[in-house]
Amino acid sequence: MAARPPLTRRTDYDRERTVEYEVVRLEPASAQSRAAWIFLAPALGLIAIFFLVPVAASLVLSLTDFDIYAVASLHNARFVGLGNYVRLFHDPIFWKALGNTFYFALVGGPLTVAVSLGAALLLDAKMVRWKGFFRTIYFAPFVTTLVAVAIVWKYLYHPQYGLLNWALAKVGVHPIDWLGDPHWAMPAIIVMAVWKNFGYNMLIFVAALQSVPEELYEAAELDGAGPVARFWHITLPMLGPALAFVGVVTMIGYFQLFAEPYVMTAGGPLRATTSVVLYMYEEGFRWWRMGFAASIAFVLFVIIAGATLVQRRFGAGAGEHA
Amino acid sequence: MPITKGSVANRETWTAATRVLVAAASLTLFACVGSGPRDHVELRFWGMGREGEVVGQMIPEFERLHPGIKVRVQQMPWTAAHEKLLTSFVGEATPDVAQLGNTWVPEFEAIGALAPLGGHVRASAVVDSADYFRGIWDTNVVNDTLFGIPWYVDTRLVFYRKDLFAAAGVAEPPRTWSAWRDAMRKVQRTGKAKWGILLPTNEWAQPVALSLQAGSPILAQGGRYGAFSDSAFARAFHFYVSLYRDSIAPTVSASEISNLYQEFARGTFASFISGPWQIGELKNRLPDSLQGAWAAMPLPAPDGQPYPGLSLAGGSSVVMFAGSEHKREAWQLIEFLSEPAQQAKFARLTGDLPARESAWKLAKLDSSAAMVAFLEQLRHVAPTPKVPEWENIATKVFETGERVVRGRVSEKDALAQLDAEVNAMLEKRRWLLARR
Repeated sequence: MAARPPLTRRTDYDRERTVEYEVVRLEPASAQSRAAWIFLAPALGLIAIFFLVPVAASLVLSLTDFDIYAVASLHNARFVGLGNYVRLFHDPIFWKALGNTFYFALVGGPLTVAVSLGAALLLDAKMVRWKGFFRTIYFAPFVTTLVAVAIVWKYLYHPQYGLLNWALAKVGVHPIDWLGDPHWAMPAIIVMAVWKNFGYNMLIFVAALQSVPEELYEAAELDGAGPVARFWHITLPMLGPALAFVGVVTMIGYFQLFAEPYVMTAGGPLRATTSVVLYMYEEGFRWWRMGFAASIAFVLFVIIAGATLVQRRFGAGAGEHA
Repeated sequence: MPITKGSVANRETWTAATRVLVAAASLTLFACVGSGPRDHVELRFWGMGREGEVVGQMIPEFERLHPGIKVRVQQMPWTAAHEKLLTSFVGEATPDVAQLGNTWVPEFEAIGALAPLGGHVRASAVVDSADYFRGIWDTNVVNDTLFGIPWYVDTRLVFYRKDLFAAAGVAEPPRTWSAWRDAMRKVQRTGKAKWGILLPTNEWAQPVALSLQAGSPILAQGGRYGAFSDSAFARAFHFYVSLYRDSIAPTVSASEISNLYQEFARGTFASFISGPWQIGELKNRLPDSLQGAWAAMPLPAPDGQPYPGLSLAGGSSVVMFAGSEHKREAWQLIEFLSEPAQQAKFARLTGDLPARESAWKLAKLDSSAAMVAFLEQLRHVAPTPKVPEWENIATKVFETGERVVRGRVSEKDALAQLDAEVNAMLEKRRWLLARR
């Protein structure tokens, strides 16, 4: 019988405690590793067939002008090298879509996080009753079908009969054509997206808030810290990891803005709400210019990867406070 | 919520997966066919939306008349139909016969999916092209070859509030562009209607119909280049844009109109341009007090041209796929669906307008005033350019209109830009045609 692998003693400096790791040596040809490969094979096979191959195929696709004619015969497709990317960077609609997407992500993202944090703090307050009720109400939009939500919001935003303009008229503001005015369409979409999505983040914050030790607040209060100081010096640092997670997930989701403009405005007016994904969808699945659409997909991938890296650096910084 | 990375990847994955599945399915089918002789031929028919649902009620009679043929009908929603048909072509699993929107015919012809029908028609005692609306029939002819038989037809004309126009002193439908514009102005001046007409900024049918009326070919040199800067298109475009500039039409998109019928009843606008399904909708949705107050009229013509002006040749055709192994039986089904009696029955079942004038008489459709307006308009329809890129070009047309209406660019510059965009879009087509 093989001897038990030795235990190695190491110090985990982050946590200032000593733990014991079990080191398992993998022997290349051992029956154990072969078994592992066999067990992994179905999953790896599926990943290869349904993920790696399509990704590689779409990378190749992005270097061709594959379109409806190429469906008839592959001879009708031409290898265009980086032509699609060059065309993309000279395409005013792409830049417009990119600008819209950043607008949505950079305004809507932080706004969603702020609103969900605010809601979580309210729910966490001691004097609030019926917490379960409010939690359900705030979470409900997140699990409601977007198409149904969109119809209701279209009525709210209606320039003549909308609730929003009616309320604004009470305070003397002239009616705004929310979805019809190129300047207001994106803010209107952002407000709806914030309302629709804050519930999920709020639940994460509520959970994180409940894990903040009560002693910290008591100690701070004894030291004379007011509510604002307690929030800045205890609540916010303790929420660091949750904030980082929520930030990254929200940002990734928001860079892929699609459904809201798809159902509310179809990308209009004057392309003011066309996002990168919506543009990709139109090019690929509506006009069947698969090569061009694939190049948009890769550019979007690079943008999201970049944004996530930035967030992770920021998130790591926030995590150190915890 | 924004779609997640997963769903984008899923979409691609699914397309790949569909191909694998389709390939597997065709193999299985092939195996079945090879397994033994059959006593009957099975035809596969794909229909869309309401038509796909209703056609099932007509098949039993066809099967009774043709004992050797069984028809399997598959219904698909309009939103998924285009993709499903293309996928089936890639997977070599096309049906024998299908319903196809007639603006899709050039696209499916371009990929070689359709079987030519000219020979069948010449030998047929049932399908008589003279009985069909000429403009509609023409949509099925690509490069001088016939690829579809019109099944039902569709076009656009003006629905208007007869009472409001009469109150403004306009008793007869206007016949020219200038009379039309004056009539709408008069209605607005009475104060009973806020706008003369609703022209959603995100619909291409209106500017395109006007340009057909003005005699624009829309595309030049066999669909190789745009012809938007030409005087005919520019004239129509100017008229279209001026309706917004002169505040006759509101600058709104269709998605902003939450309830067309309510607004029409209120007099927010005195008229709108739409299709035959609105006859039923207006009957159901307008209050009883307004039932006598609305009417339909054919499109007015540009000044100095014969009335009525041209409109769009829409509707669906029945097509046969090139991959069908039962072309003789497939044609028998197309012929059956084209019989005037079946056309009349189909019109009763769906509410669609029949493609043959003799079927209009059989179904007694020419009895209501609104239907007569449609009949008159259908005799004056023209197809849009027959290139696969057409739908994309059409969206560029309304986007250009919208930019001008909102004052972003001058008419002349906008049309030059439109030409440049469309020419770039047609580059592939020019390359393919040059290679032939």
